[in-house]
Amino acid sequence: MKLLFEKRKTTSVTALILVPFVSFLVSLVLTALLLAIFGANPFKTFGAMAVGAFGSSHGFAETLVKAIPLMMTGLGVAIAFKLKFWNIGAEGQLTMGGVAAAGVALFMERFLPGRSLLVGALLGGLLAGALWAGVPALLKTSLKVDETLVTLMMNYIAILYSEFLYYGPWRDPKGYGFPGSRMFSADAWLPRIMGRAHIGIWIALALAIILWVVLKRTRWGFELQIIGASQKAARYQGIAVERNIALAVMLSGALCGLAGAFEVTGISHRLQQGLSIGYGYTAIIVAWMSQLNPLAVPFVAVALAALAVGGDQVQMVMGLPAAMGVVMQGLILFPMLAGSLFTEYRLSVVRPEAKAVCPDPVEE
Amino acid sequence: MSDTAIPKVEMRNISKSFPGVLANDCVDLKLRKGEVLALLGENGAGKSTLMNVLCGLYRPDRGEIYIDGKYAEIHSPRDAQKYGIGMVHQNFKLVDSMNVLENTILGLRDEPFVPDLKRVRSRLVGLAEQYHLDVDPNASIWQLSVGEQQRVEILKLLYRNAEILILDEPTAVLTPQESHELNRVVHVMKQEGKSAIFITHKMEEVMEFSDRVMVLRKGKVVAETDTSATTPKELARMMVGRDVLFQIEKKPMTPGKVVLELSHIEALGDRGLPALKDVSFQLRAGEILGIAGVAGNGQRELAEVVTGLRRSSKGKMQIEGEDMTNKSPLEIIRRGVAHIPQDRASVGAAGDLSVASNLAMKQYRSRPLATGIFLLQKKIFEFAGRLIEKFKISTPSPKTQVKFLSGGNIQKTILAREIGAARTLMVAVYPSRGLDVGATETVRRQLVSQRDAGLGVLFFSEDLDELLQISDRVAVLFEGKIMGIFDANTVNIDHIGMLMAGMDREAGA
Repeated sequence: MKLLFEKRKTTSVTALILVPFVSFLVSLVLTALLLAIFGANPFKTFGAMAVGAFGSSHGFAETLVKAIPLMMTGLGVAIAFKLKFWNIGAEGQLTMGGVAAAGVALFMERFLPGRSLLVGALLGGLLAGALWAGVPALLKTSLKVDETLVTLMMNYIAILYSEFLYYGPWRDPKGYGFPGSRMFSADAWLPRIMGRAHIGIWIALALAIILWVVLKRTRWGFELQIIGASQKAARYQGIAVERNIALAVMLSGALCGLAGAFEVTGISHRLQQGLSIGYGYTAIIVAWMSQLNPLAVPFVAVALAALAVGGDQVQMVMGLPAAMGVVMQGLILFPMLAGSLFTEYRLSVVRPEAKAVCPDPVEE
Repeated sequence: MSDTAIPKVEMRNISKSFPGVLANDCVDLKLRKGEVLALLGENGAGKSTLMNVLCGLYRPDRGEIYIDGKYAEIHSPRDAQKYGIGMVHQNFKLVDSMNVLENTILGLRDEPFVPDLKRVRSRLVGLAEQYHLDVDPNASIWQLSVGEQQRVEILKLLYRNAEILILDEPTAVLTPQESHELNRVVHVMKQEGKSAIFITHKMEEVMEFSDRVMVLRKGKVVAETDTSATTPKELARMMVGRDVLFQIEKKPMTPGKVVLELSHIEALGDRGLPALKDVSFQLRAGEILGIAGVAGNGQRELAEVVTGLRRSSKGKMQIEGEDMTNKSPLEIIRRGVAHIPQDRASVGAAGDLSVASNLAMKQYRSRPLATGIFLLQKKIFEFAGRLIEKFKISTPSPKTQVKFLSGGNIQKTILAREIGAARTLMVAVYPSRGLDVGATETVRRQLVSQRDAGLGVLFFSEDLDELLQISDRVAVLFEGKIMGIFDANTVNIDHIGMLMAGMDREAGA
């Protein structure tokens, strides 16, 4: 008897659902080992993390605060990845979205009365994200410039540009030298629902459902699926490959930009340091763990947000480094990548008697 | 031939399984010295697996190999080489940028660090003369035709003192003349006491080349006989397990209006060099125009220009009388043009998508599969179910990803989709290439029934017999030029062969 990896004939739905959960469990075990090395009781630590992330309305609200941008950027990244466009520029698109939303909120008050200022800020963020993603999209579709490098490098441009703004021209003159713009007028504040958590959560959840419908149930989504599977096949079926890639990537950027707009209008109410804290990179983990399925993104985003919030708690309660949460995030990705093997392959047991038995050779 | 009782090669009880399939099931094979053995079988019958076992690429689950009566342990191609076994694969393993000499000694361990090219050359030239394998030793591989490259592959094996040559579908890429030349080479090898096994699924080749034939079906040997004691028809029956109709019944053609007209079309190839030169022809409704030619003479480019995938640099193309020069693929699809592309795996089908999605890929834009911007999932599955049944696509479910299907079933999927979308013109590029007899029959039948339904069919094939059988008229494409268009019923096959090789009868004779 021996064990054998064999390629599945069909993608297993069970495996698709089980793999993220089992990967999560494996990563918990790995983290537990790590905690044990640090001399902390893993069960107590996990308990503290869970309590920190979900145990109080404050904790839960903070988990949502982190989950919202992860959902939005996770959705954005997932769309681009579906087309095999490796957008690792979610961070930059989020930052530019925040910058643009802040720009509208700070300087368009005169033209956008009342709540329309908020709508304008959100649209501005959305548009800025789309345009920021549009640059690598156009470079890719017209000149075949590698998108990985362009999106990554444009992150730095976006982050440094936002720093330039809040250290320089947009700095609040009454801010005692603190790097940040002045606070927006309350008209541009995103309504909150619980603690710092804002209505962006409802928008993010709605977008997850809408995106799923678009991808799975519309003609455009079908075209994107074909492009993602084979660009040559798509072109041969009369699909405008370049235009659709550009559009989808701009949609990806728009979602990330909106995430940035949520951050400034919902949380900080100004443009300040701390807009770019890595959501756009964690988004890549969110997208992969969701197997690029928009409906899975909210769950994964909440789980990762809880890890981060719980990690902060661990620092306070258990006296462990807060980085433990980040370490856990990393520890999730590896079992996840390894686990994805099981969606395409399965382990089967081969018994020797299953093999061919040849008849005795006939003597000549 | 039978001067020795001990066979040159004996494979005993070879079994090899892959996940889900038993590719070789207790196969016995004997090859005598100086003998040519044809290994005949459909796609997936286990021919290539068996040969890959012999040349050391696969290890069998069980079974032994004896060379000259002695047990041989073959774990790698290098071991196989030690026993004098060499294989010419379907896709040649040559380095394009190197010349013939360099390719010959590539990977040889007993060559010194700085090879003595003079010695290599003189030995190579000697071998080339001996076996009538005419090739310039200093030419780079990319400068050589496919036929010449094949000669290099054979020379490489002879240089390595191969005694047993395995040829995997050697004539698939050759013109009829080149095939005859290959036959001559094989004859010389036989006289020199070398043995050969060649893999094929063409009956004519078995009859022409081999002394003995072994038929494999579903991994098992179903027949083994002297070639002289059998007929193509009998071989086909053994191979498929039932009678095969070689002759497709064809009603006389009733040509209608002109469906496709090319006038002086020119186009560039992928490398920016002219691929089509002054191509003009008319194709009428209810007619099959066959395009003959050795692969790489502009066939793919011609099909792409007609379907809008490649721009023409000059000339005019009309579909049903309307100017469609350099229109987008979508506009051409909307005129009812269907296309079975040369590259099935990545152009014809999207492997990661389901069979149902692949079947819907041409008609998802409108009713009944879609309404407004939305797809009608249920309708798509019904539609797919109907096509799967009608075209006998063997798939576990409509949701199975296409990449898990066999080559023949992928081709059937493409065929089903394209035939459903064809209203004016069907462009079929090598539609039966690599398919087994049964699937080939389906493809040919469908093309003829498209013609009978009043479509124009532009049919590309490398198989001249097939081409002449299916087509009403035949055009020969050589280096991007149409060398002539002939009535398929009256044309002389040798003449076509000459034109395929770029020789005009007048000029050549």
